[in-house]
Amino acid sequence: MSFNPVANEPIGAYFSGRRTRLFSILGLSVALVAIVLLATSVGSVHIPILTTFSVLVAKLPLVDIAQTWQGTVETIVLEIRLPRVILAGLVGAALATAGATYQGLFRNPLADPYLIGVAQGASLGAVIGFLLPITWHNLGFSIIPLLAFIGALVATAVVYGLARVGKTVPVTTLILAGVALGALLGSIVSYLIISSGEKMHGIVFWLMGSFSLSQWSEVGIVLPYVATGTVVIIILARMLNVMQLDEEQAQQLGVNVERLKLILLAAATLITAASVSFVGTIGFVGIITPHAVRLIWGADHRFLLPLSVLAGAIFMILADLVARTVLAPTEIPIGVITAICGAPFFLYLLRRRKKAIF
Amino acid sequence: MRLKVVELEMQSASLGYNHRPVLQDINFKALPRELVGLIGPNGSGKSTIIKALSRVIQPLSGRILLDGKDMTKIPRQELARLVGVVPQMPLLPSAFTALEIVLMGRNPHLGLLQSESQHDWAIARQAMTKTDTHTLASRRVNELSGGEIQCLLIARVLVQETSVILLDEPTANLDIGRQVEILDLIKKLCVENNLTVLAALHDLNLAAQYCNRLLLINEGRIHAEGTPSEVITNRNVREVYGAGNCVYAHPINGLPTVLLSTSQNKSIQIL
Repeated sequence: MSFNPVANEPIGAYFSGRRTRLFSILGLSVALVAIVLLATSVGSVHIPILTTFSVLVAKLPLVDIAQTWQGTVETIVLEIRLPRVILAGLVGAALATAGATYQGLFRNPLADPYLIGVAQGASLGAVIGFLLPITWHNLGFSIIPLLAFIGALVATAVVYGLARVGKTVPVTTLILAGVALGALLGSIVSYLIISSGEKMHGIVFWLMGSFSLSQWSEVGIVLPYVATGTVVIIILARMLNVMQLDEEQAQQLGVNVERLKLILLAAATLITAASVSFVGTIGFVGIITPHAVRLIWGADHRFLLPLSVLAGAIFMILADLVARTVLAPTEIPIGVITAICGAPFFLYLLRRRKKAIF
Repeated sequence: MRLKVVELEMQSASLGYNHRPVLQDINFKALPRELVGLIGPNGSGKSTIIKALSRVIQPLSGRILLDGKDMTKIPRQELARLVGVVPQMPLLPSAFTALEIVLMGRNPHLGLLQSESQHDWAIARQAMTKTDTHTLASRRVNELSGGEIQCLLIARVLVQETSVILLDEPTANLDIGRQVEILDLIKKLCVENNLTVLAALHDLNLAAQYCNRLLLINEGRIHAEGTPSEVITNRNVREVYGAGNCVYAHPINGLPTVLLSTSQNKSIQIL
């Protein structure tokens, strides 16, 4: 079989485009590791990056490094900073992945992880937790993340149920039901905040989001959800590409549309709910990261999703680094930083590339 | 490319939306190597038949059989390896390139963790060369004309390698040169690969020239069925379209040809 060079050229370009994006995944992974090291080193007590590196490597199995650093340094790195950095990375990755999934599933560039009630459900759960008369800390755990998680899942399940028409769940109905229920829950949250008295400050701080109380136990709880959900979503990336056509065409190309919707919604909701339960509803990362990735690397979800995982993690770790260092010892709410740093960068990308991004 | 030979049959099917039938008691059979044309006025239900045959909608009653097997029992992905569709004016995501859209036709052939291989690319390249869309490969679909998109969708259905191809107005956006090119290609593939092809066509003249058999649909039923000469008659055209005495024999091959002029069309009152 012979092909003319004109026919070969664009397909060759397609090949090299794939290779470039594979290298980008590798490059971002290396960058992520470097940024974890950087963020773990910088803080009120400055630790040289090499020392941080040694402390971390010494913890790996089969590695034997003589300890040249103080015990307090090890405590700061391993017990205070690293869990916070890892949790920030996990939450950033989860929100970016969920955002990319919702944008793809709803074929809507305005979709974010909170579109179908997760944020308002989590907020309501958390606020109820704050207002309960009992102090649950005596039990060794806080009730707030648990109630936030339950609230997020229940709210999304109700939205899904309300949007159901027979055997199908039309996405426009889903979005409308999400917006309506979100407004209802949001107003209940507002009412509860107003009448919460001296607890108001704590609630508002939670709602704005923060990593200041991060511990390894939280990483341990969030990680399984985020890892499982993200893997499931990435496996379905090619199907999500086909879903970018209308649902009728997706069916005609062999996609079980309703089942795919249910699986993707469940996975994206779960990773969002697990994230917001501990750190509050951090905005902007979930909607902007996938768009930035799309602008740079294109719309193919097989690359968009893994690149969003990495970019979301990097972005959130850097944002948290800024949040805790710029006005130290005062912490700036993380949501403020994500918007202040992220928005100009995104607008720059938007101006630079003029082609269709969605 | 060796494909399974598939016979398509509708048995007293009633089709519609939200429990309201648009079409009732539809019976027909489409055989391999046959190009069957669906003709009929606007809103007669041509697209509905195509939706039912690709299981986008379920028949309200009756059965649709693929090689004697009830279509509802075939898993979605397997069905997409048997039946491919060229939709009419579909929505295409503008951020994807023409090649990416065509490669989506390989979706039913790929496992969950598989990505397109060299083999799949070769198939896509071949289909795009056949449909004259290879030069568009790296263009984004929002930069393409209606006609180019039509050809791209035909490339996609070829890449899908199905035994049955359903086309919804495949020539609607094409100039007359492209209309003939595309229908020639479809006809050739149909005969060479033993495909079963069903095309909803607006243009009665093209339908007469290319189809082995025609189904004339009107008011929710099959009004007439048979060869083009049996179906496109003065009587049928008057009954269905209200346009009288406009069918002539084609000067070269004698097939029925519809020629309209205002003076001949007695049903239109010029005020």
